[in-house]
Amino acid sequence: MASDAIAIRAQGVASRPWVELVHEWITTVDHKRIGILYIVYALLFLVIGGIEAMILRIQLIVPQNNFVSPQVFNRMFTMHGTTMIFFVAMPVLFGFANYFVPLMIGARDMAFPRLNAFSFWLSAFSGFLLYFSFLGGNGLYGAGTAPDVGWWAYAPLTARAFSPGHSSDYWTIAVLVAGFGSVATAINLIATILCLRCPGMKLSRMPLFAWLNLVMSGMVLITITPLSAAQIMLLIDRYLGGHFFDTQAGGSAAIWMHFFWIFGHPEVYILIIPCFAFMSEVVPVFSRKPIFGYPVMVGATVTIGFVSMSVWAHHMFTIGMSSPANAFFTITSMVVGVPTGIKIFNWLGTMWGGKIQFKTPMLFCIGFLFQFLVAGLTGIMLACAPFDWQLGNSYFVVAHFHYVIVGGILFALFAAFYYWYPKITGKMLSETLGKWHFWLFVIGFHLTFDPMHIPGLLGMPRRIYTYEPGRGWEIWNLLCTIGAFVQAIATLIFVGNMIYSYFKGRDAGNDPWDAWTLEWSVSSPPPSYNFAVIPIVSSRRPLWDLKHPEDPDSQYE
Amino acid sequence: MNSASFNSQRPGATHRLLSILLLVVGLLLAAGLCVAAPAPPDNPVPNIFVPRSTPANMIDHLSLFVLLITALIFVTVFTLLVYVLVKFRAKNSDPSHEPAQVYGSTQIELAWTVIPTLIVVVLFLASARVIHAIQDAAKPPSAIDVVAVGHQFWWEFRYPSLGVVTANELHIPVSDPTHPTPTYLKLLSADTDHSFWIPQLNGKTDLIPNRVNEMWLDPHQTGLFLGQCAQYCGTQHAKMLLRVYVDTPQSFSAWVQAQKPPANLDASVAAGRHVFETTACINCHAVAGTPANGRFGPDLTHLMSRATLASGAAENTRENLRLWIQDPDALKPGSLMPSMKLTDNDLDALVNYLETLR
Repeated sequence: MASDAIAIRAQGVASRPWVELVHEWITTVDHKRIGILYIVYALLFLVIGGIEAMILRIQLIVPQNNFVSPQVFNRMFTMHGTTMIFFVAMPVLFGFANYFVPLMIGARDMAFPRLNAFSFWLSAFSGFLLYFSFLGGNGLYGAGTAPDVGWWAYAPLTARAFSPGHSSDYWTIAVLVAGFGSVATAINLIATILCLRCPGMKLSRMPLFAWLNLVMSGMVLITITPLSAAQIMLLIDRYLGGHFFDTQAGGSAAIWMHFFWIFGHPEVYILIIPCFAFMSEVVPVFSRKPIFGYPVMVGATVTIGFVSMSVWAHHMFTIGMSSPANAFFTITSMVVGVPTGIKIFNWLGTMWGGKIQFKTPMLFCIGFLFQFLVAGLTGIMLACAPFDWQLGNSYFVVAHFHYVIVGGILFALFAAFYYWYPKITGKMLSETLGKWHFWLFVIGFHLTFDPMHIPGLLGMPRRIYTYEPGRGWEIWNLLCTIGAFVQAIATLIFVGNMIYSYFKGRDAGNDPWDAWTLEWSVSSPPPSYNFAVIPIVSSRRPLWDLKHPEDPDSQYE
Repeated sequence: MNSASFNSQRPGATHRLLSILLLVVGLLLAAGLCVAAPAPPDNPVPNIFVPRSTPANMIDHLSLFVLLITALIFVTVFTLLVYVLVKFRAKNSDPSHEPAQVYGSTQIELAWTVIPTLIVVVLFLASARVIHAIQDAAKPPSAIDVVAVGHQFWWEFRYPSLGVVTANELHIPVSDPTHPTPTYLKLLSADTDHSFWIPQLNGKTDLIPNRVNEMWLDPHQTGLFLGQCAQYCGTQHAKMLLRVYVDTPQSFSAWVQAQKPPANLDASVAAGRHVFETTACINCHAVAGTPANGRFGPDLTHLMSRATLASGAAENTRENLRLWIQDPDALKPGSLMPSMKLTDNDLDALVNYLETLR
């Protein structure tokens, strides 16, 4: 993929030496190039995290399997989770935000281009730091190891008594550094969206894409900070004799849980809100109608932003909180479903009465709608504290959050890739390969994550490297593993499509989807200055107004 | 836009979409039936929908109610989605003909805000009732007290009022609704977080160092119930298995009587006892009535009364016991029990001794 990205630039400047090209990419402060760097970097880690997932699934294909040792399995699920959240989902979403927020609001770059480059390189460095643990984890003692404490790194597993060597330190510092990068990007996005909108683009005329990324950035700012604080406290525990989480010296394991989940649950919304942004751009275009209930969509997003910060302890229903606390987090967790439901209904309202075109981006959006609905409903079950006492920490939870992250976030991301790839590269992705990708991925997804709910109901806890035969778990685990392979094949088709289409794809032109936001008014790929003349807008859909002067949106605002 | 080719793909895509979605729903239903199928009464397969204890029953009823509500929401929204996809798919190949541009509707927005809010209120009240009933239940004087201590990677069970200590296999009496004898577990941890979970008896509660948690079981059927540690606790989290025997009152008293006395020391295995007491075994293991009083590992006073070894990792047979002592890593890699590198003679003598601890 790296060569793919570099090749993008190589198009116009084929005669220049490659060293100069690499140098240009490393020193770039152009928001579009940084966006591409983020996306390519995330795809690289997606492949690594995917390989880790395959190792987990192969180990679990039959009971009492010996494909990997328990030590390796525990490292794999720790690295899989950490990689997918911090080094795939966050960077890829920041990549899209970086690339398209300035284009959509009619700006020439982000507010702080140098800070932008700094954030990316912090993230990139932290990813490599995490993986360096394979070599450096045990310090000078011998063979290296990666962290094996799970992606929540619950205390006291991270205390020196239970985690000797440096493996937990690599995890802690990688997450800390990635967090700095995320906070810097969030500040940058907020400043860009608030200060650099083109003339006429009031907040109430901003594309939902920008609105949702604004809310996401606010949440990053508020919730990454406690996580970073906790990492620093953990380092103090490990190296300066602190006792925040060191239970053997009177520290509190529960405090770490609070610190982690007050980040961890909003994080889910930090990831899904940009995906709502993709949905809110793609669904209207392929339904040929404006988004239904724009102000309500904005309000629902802001509500989700606030409410999602008061639900964290639903991850802790089993730690023995008091009954009023359990009741409180039950109601807040259920309430967050209301604005989320409103969003689903508004997308359906957008499609209602439209002319729905089943192009690949729209297919992925439909997959998102269906799967996110199911994920939301299993979320209601988990929000109900007594039900969670049974379901919590079981494979039901694993199925639920993969439904959110793969069925929701990844499907929306695929929609975004198919929708904006033409703008980024100037080439269309192949529709035929895209449909193969979609259908194989749908089959693989459901084959993996539908059966995965069942062993959870039958008492299978998560994070076990093997299981006993005769508990009714075998068939479901077998199906999951087969499904994982189907998903892997579908992902290969996707990667193949991106490479093939880059060289052989149809030229996209400026506006292949007949869309309405500003990024489609410039060439594909856009020039480095984005807009020769800063546009002036008078409605939410400036290109609609241009294309339909007889019936512009502006007359309804 | 290439509307001609788009048009030719459209019906196929819709039908495929429909059939896939139907397949998915079918799969979900089939899976639901499998889980909901009544299990035979002595079936040891854990299942949250086959409760055998009062709190598990309450959770089960609430869960079915939540499932019913969510199923109704699913059917409604799913039907709406399929209807929209079929009804409003692009039929007209003329790209210049755009549909009516509708921007929103306050009434409809209000409807799909208020109705879900009402559903949330109902679900919350139902949940709060069960939270209160389970967490704030008054402890009857006839309750049995057990202290459960989680260790990497085994369970310690102490019955303070009965003077019994055992490991990994919990025995509790069945509870008669007219004279309830629920078991109250005080949950502690010696090292990292663990979680006690027997799906048919109650939901899970974590065992957290520096923290005292509580849960109760009120089984109304005898038999063996399986579960395992449900909070990642380290390398061998997977083989921290849990067995709960629900006994009749008579067999529970008999079990208590058998567990109470110190070890039955047999002179014929003095050689093995000597090995045990002169190696590091006694640093971690206790055998009542001997100098061995370690608490890092399971109490072995009545080792042979248990069905399994190494917290359920293996059946308690002579061969497994010998293998377990010889090379714990072979049976349970990452277990904290070290290999003592005993000679074959010492090993046999030691196994002979342990086999007398009934």
